[in-house]
Amino acid sequence: MSNLRTWLAFALILGFVLLAVFAQFIAPFDPFRGGADALLAPGAKNYLLGTDHLGRDILSELIFGARVSLAVGISAALSASILGIVVGSLAGFFGGWVDGALMRVSEFFQTLPRFVLALVIVAFFGGGVLKVIIVLAILSWPQIARLVRAQILSLRESTFVEAARLSGMNGIQIIAREILPNALAPVIVTGSLDIASAILLEASLSFFGLGDANLISWGGMLNVAQPYLRQAWWMAVFPGIAISLVVLAFNILGDALNDALNPRLQETA
Amino acid sequence: MLEGTQLTKDFRVRLGLFRGSATLRAVDDVSITIDAGETVALVGESGSGKSTLGRILLGLILQTSGAVHYRGTDFARLQGDAARQFRADVQAVFQDTSASLNPRRRVGESVIAPLLFNRRLSAAHARIESAQLLERVGLDPKIFASRFPHQLSGGQRQRVGLARALASQPRVIVADEPVSALDVSVRAQILKLMQDLQAQEKLAYLFITHDLGIARLIANRVMVMYLGAIVEEGNAADVFARPSHPYTLALTLSAPIPDPTRARPPRHLIGDIPSPLAPPPGCRFHPRCAFAQAICKTDAPPVREFENAHRSACHFAEQVRGG
Repeated sequence: MSNLRTWLAFALILGFVLLAVFAQFIAPFDPFRGGADALLAPGAKNYLLGTDHLGRDILSELIFGARVSLAVGISAALSASILGIVVGSLAGFFGGWVDGALMRVSEFFQTLPRFVLALVIVAFFGGGVLKVIIVLAILSWPQIARLVRAQILSLRESTFVEAARLSGMNGIQIIAREILPNALAPVIVTGSLDIASAILLEASLSFFGLGDANLISWGGMLNVAQPYLRQAWWMAVFPGIAISLVVLAFNILGDALNDALNPRLQETA
Repeated sequence: MLEGTQLTKDFRVRLGLFRGSATLRAVDDVSITIDAGETVALVGESGSGKSTLGRILLGLILQTSGAVHYRGTDFARLQGDAARQFRADVQAVFQDTSASLNPRRRVGESVIAPLLFNRRLSAAHARIESAQLLERVGLDPKIFASRFPHQLSGGQRQRVGLARALASQPRVIVADEPVSALDVSVRAQILKLMQDLQAQEKLAYLFITHDLGIARLIANRVMVMYLGAIVEEGNAADVFARPSHPYTLALTLSAPIPDPTRARPPRHLIGDIPSPLAPPPGCRFHPRCAFAQAICKTDAPPVREFENAHRSACHFAEQVRGG
């Protein structure tokens, strides 16, 4: 059961990635070209999911929109993870005032209301995919930093690390071979959940019109759908479904990774 | 061969917000010698500082004062090859077999690590020798080398722990309660294996245990530790024949005797071990001692020596020996 769920999630993510990469070959229409066929219902005139107020094909927009969502989600989670691992490792290994200072900084970022800060930053410095990624990374790293730090603090005292010292390993070898592999599993899990929340936050920003106006994104599609909700439900429903599916898929993936990376749940090799 | 002189270890303990910190003396002026090929049992209740002493001798933690000498050299001064020799020569077996093996690593790799790092063998050599080591501790390498620690029983994991210790070709193994977490039936097997390996390799053991029965079974010499200090030491035969400290006497009397027709002996040990943060004045054992007199509350007892370097830190050692 959970295996099937995992495969479905994995297939879904793979599908979205393929759509994003090969968008120009897959999309039936040019998503930027409108025309006279405005606000057509799904199925009419070969428009499988209908058209928007400018006559653009919703399906093609969704396919191109996957690019923005996935790119933003993955790069934001990746940069947040790297920043978090570096800061968390420094805090965990060095302890003392380094630890204290870094943890106070991370607490500061954690106390900030995520969405409001994102709004403020984007409103001040303007939209743009890169800025959105940076904002998301800045908001997400403290959680990972604290996770890594806690892992390292407890692993540093563990008996198997003492045993590694007795085996003749030096500090760097112990960190690389014994501590980090054990510390990274929860980070990978959290990272994949961060992808989901970054996609959601990007969609929310675009929904409020703070995304990149020159790019098609799912959140942006929701934004323009607002005035037409009563005439053209398909303008809002399909991007909404896309967002839900991809967020759900990354959450399930995170769950599955958590199980897969736990050696206690692995099959005998 | 491995010698600790007047070792003391203090830990700073935080008492809580606004209450500052206190100093906990886990090991208090302990001297210990482990000669080649012998088994020294270090006996005491939990909290007596015996594991801390073991970790100092292993070089895992630094003593507050005193020195550890290995083959006559202060090991804090060992450098380069000599330091690496010490690292390989003094090894450990731990109590918690699941915590002492990396959970993400196949047990074969844990045995290979000392071959690669302490012995600097090539990867190919290390793999062959690790298989031989697993075989020596009674594990079929074809089955076990590729398993994860959680797939093994406690006894099997402790065999892996022994193989890992042996991989460094040690002279001394500090075994910290190596069988305490194991089933009684498995204990005997592991103890037998340890004795066999000792005979083959001429190993010395520092065997840390709270179980006097095990000490009686395997030890050449016994040291009894109470609240960080050695209260009695001597040859195993002497210590068990004539316990000379009330604490040792109480431990021997409270060991269960597997005979339902014999009555349980009267309680000789009153209450629990006091907090090492506030050890009692005078003799540390006096609040729990059946022999305690007024002097015990004020004066720390001198060490008295009997035949065969059998020592006891008690004002009334003669009385205790008289029974």
